[in-house]
Amino acid sequence: MSPKPGNESATLTPMAGRSGRWYSIRLEYDSSRTRSPWWTPILSVVLALLLCAVFIAANGMSPLVVYEKMFRGAFGTSYGFTETMVKAIPLLLCGLGIAVAYRISVWNIGAEGQLTVGAMAATAVTIYFPDLSSFWSITLMLVFGTAAGALWGLMTAVPRTHFGVNELITSLMLNYVALLALDYVVFGPWKDPKGFNFPGSPMFTAAQSLPVLGSTRLHIGLVFGLVAVLIYYLMIRFTRWGYELRLIGANPTAARYAGIHIKKHIIIVMLISGGLAGIAGMAEVSGVTHKLMQGISPGYGYTAIIVAWLAKLNPLGLIVTSILFGGLIVGGYSVQTIGLPSSISEMLQGAILFFLIAGDMIHRFRIRRSA
Amino acid sequence: MDFTTQLLIAAISAGTPLLLATLGGILTERAGIIQLGAEGLMLMGAVTTCIVYIRSGNLILALLAAVAITAVLGMVHAFLTVTLRANQTMSGLAMTLFGSGLSAYVGKSISGIPLPGSLPKLDLEILKPVPVLGELFGRLDMLTWFSLLLVLVLHLLIHHTSWGLHLRAVGDNPATADVMGIRVQLIRYCYVTAGAALIGLAGADMVLAYAPTWNEGLTAGRGWIAVGLVIFARWNPLRALFCAYFFGALDSLGFRIQLLGSAVPSYFLKMIPYVVTILVLMYLGYRNRNKPSGTPESLGTPYIREQRF
Repeated sequence: MSPKPGNESATLTPMAGRSGRWYSIRLEYDSSRTRSPWWTPILSVVLALLLCAVFIAANGMSPLVVYEKMFRGAFGTSYGFTETMVKAIPLLLCGLGIAVAYRISVWNIGAEGQLTVGAMAATAVTIYFPDLSSFWSITLMLVFGTAAGALWGLMTAVPRTHFGVNELITSLMLNYVALLALDYVVFGPWKDPKGFNFPGSPMFTAAQSLPVLGSTRLHIGLVFGLVAVLIYYLMIRFTRWGYELRLIGANPTAARYAGIHIKKHIIIVMLISGGLAGIAGMAEVSGVTHKLMQGISPGYGYTAIIVAWLAKLNPLGLIVTSILFGGLIVGGYSVQTIGLPSSISEMLQGAILFFLIAGDMIHRFRIRRSA
Repeated sequence: MDFTTQLLIAAISAGTPLLLATLGGILTERAGIIQLGAEGLMLMGAVTTCIVYIRSGNLILALLAAVAITAVLGMVHAFLTVTLRANQTMSGLAMTLFGSGLSAYVGKSISGIPLPGSLPKLDLEILKPVPVLGELFGRLDMLTWFSLLLVLVLHLLIHHTSWGLHLRAVGDNPATADVMGIRVQLIRYCYVTAGAALIGLAGADMVLAYAPTWNEGLTAGRGWIAVGLVIFARWNPLRALFCAYFFGALDSLGFRIQLLGSAVPSYFLKMIPYVVTILVLMYLGYRNRNKPSGTPESLGTPYIREQRF
């Protein structure tokens, strides 16, 4: 059996090639298999659950009991399910923004900061224009939130396009700047004078809050998310912009030779990415917390990275993964009642990403019997 | 002590974790593998040190445990990126997310418990009479001296030994290195593991010398700053020393200014290191726009024998 060109044999040891003859079985690498199968996301979730079961067991708990508790907390009751959906909204919006950027390998990890400034800008509207009608205040909050998020995204894009600075570092540094700015306004100028000295802005009025579904906490932000997914799906499939984006994603060198202005696309993509995270921030303050305070996001911006990657940057897959991860966050809270830290959900998220990127590659290896 | 000496000591104490992490990053990236998991590795190093130190009371054991755990995590990164040729950016990101989640999870039980001791200071009698710096030297701890020694060792290793030549060959042109008979995959594994262990040690130093107790997310982005410092230092250990202390000074400057009774709210002073990181990288990008930046030439591309790109 002679390997095809482009194939290469390797063993799963650091001394690839050389020690190959020690084994009767070897692995052959096939670089042409770039499309990973549909089951890798599912398998990676299962393997991550198994890995974390070890850590739960090490804590003296039964993993099955913990996972059952998490699942029930997230999906078992109608209250839990609504909470899951409430958490899925910012994940969907941020994840969509991240998916747009990652499509052309712009590694935006600044959704957390972009969400935060979006929430701050929306709050600024309530503070400086307190007496607007419901329609105008919501519209202005949405516009300001989006613009602030997009601006934060632009601050990541321009160093990349014009100064060659790695966008990972810039976007992450800006997360910390945004969180410190949030601390400043909630402890300082925007602190509620009637808030018993607790850090946080005054409560929003009914006119400044997003409409909710019946008596639940599920707000209209869900519609924002679904509409954004639909627009993104149509744009990617049917517009010239979407085509160019897909081309850059598939082969940036070819795209450049074809005359596509890559810098322009990086800036556009970061504006969209930041803008969507900004909407998520606006929806979060206006629909859920109804005031600006510390910790408005329990790391939505970071979780959204995994949400987007698990969905393979597919807009429809994003809806499923954001609900799953919304459930993971809610489930994480529900195990606190039996004495486990909620960071168990963060640990699970990281483990899922690990298995996912390994799974994306491992199917490219084929087991062959050595001659 | 005057303000300058105080600032200098603070800069060194805040700069040492950054220095260790930057050196770890340099080792990894010189072998051609991007290390973006620094933040997660530092957190894992820090939490391991705390747990072992509090449980056993033995400092050396705690440091060894931190190094061992992060070396294992480094091997995971090496397995994903070298053997499986996975996306190095995503693997590093996964390391950071998993590290911060796992450290928060296992560190919950010891959160806020003070450590039984701190790093021993080396009392070097010979250095006491040195003008100006004499007092400073007496205040440096074990790990600081170790990091200074390491700067020298790594500089000699990378630039003046055949091992360093092999390392640079693997990072710049793995195909040529392979033809020369250098075991590319093995070397990449070794340096990714060693680099991760150094980053873990940086996390250990952070809790031992800088923060008194373990807290969730204790490193506050310093792992990412170290990723930036690797670029700032142009993958050179000697430059890393100055870059790390410069950022250490910035880190502690905010606090010092506040002590002097500045009117600027402390939140803005705390932003300084983050903003300066971006500005410095932008300046470097502008200055080096038509020059080689010192990046190892095949950084980020997996090496596959018998395949051309």
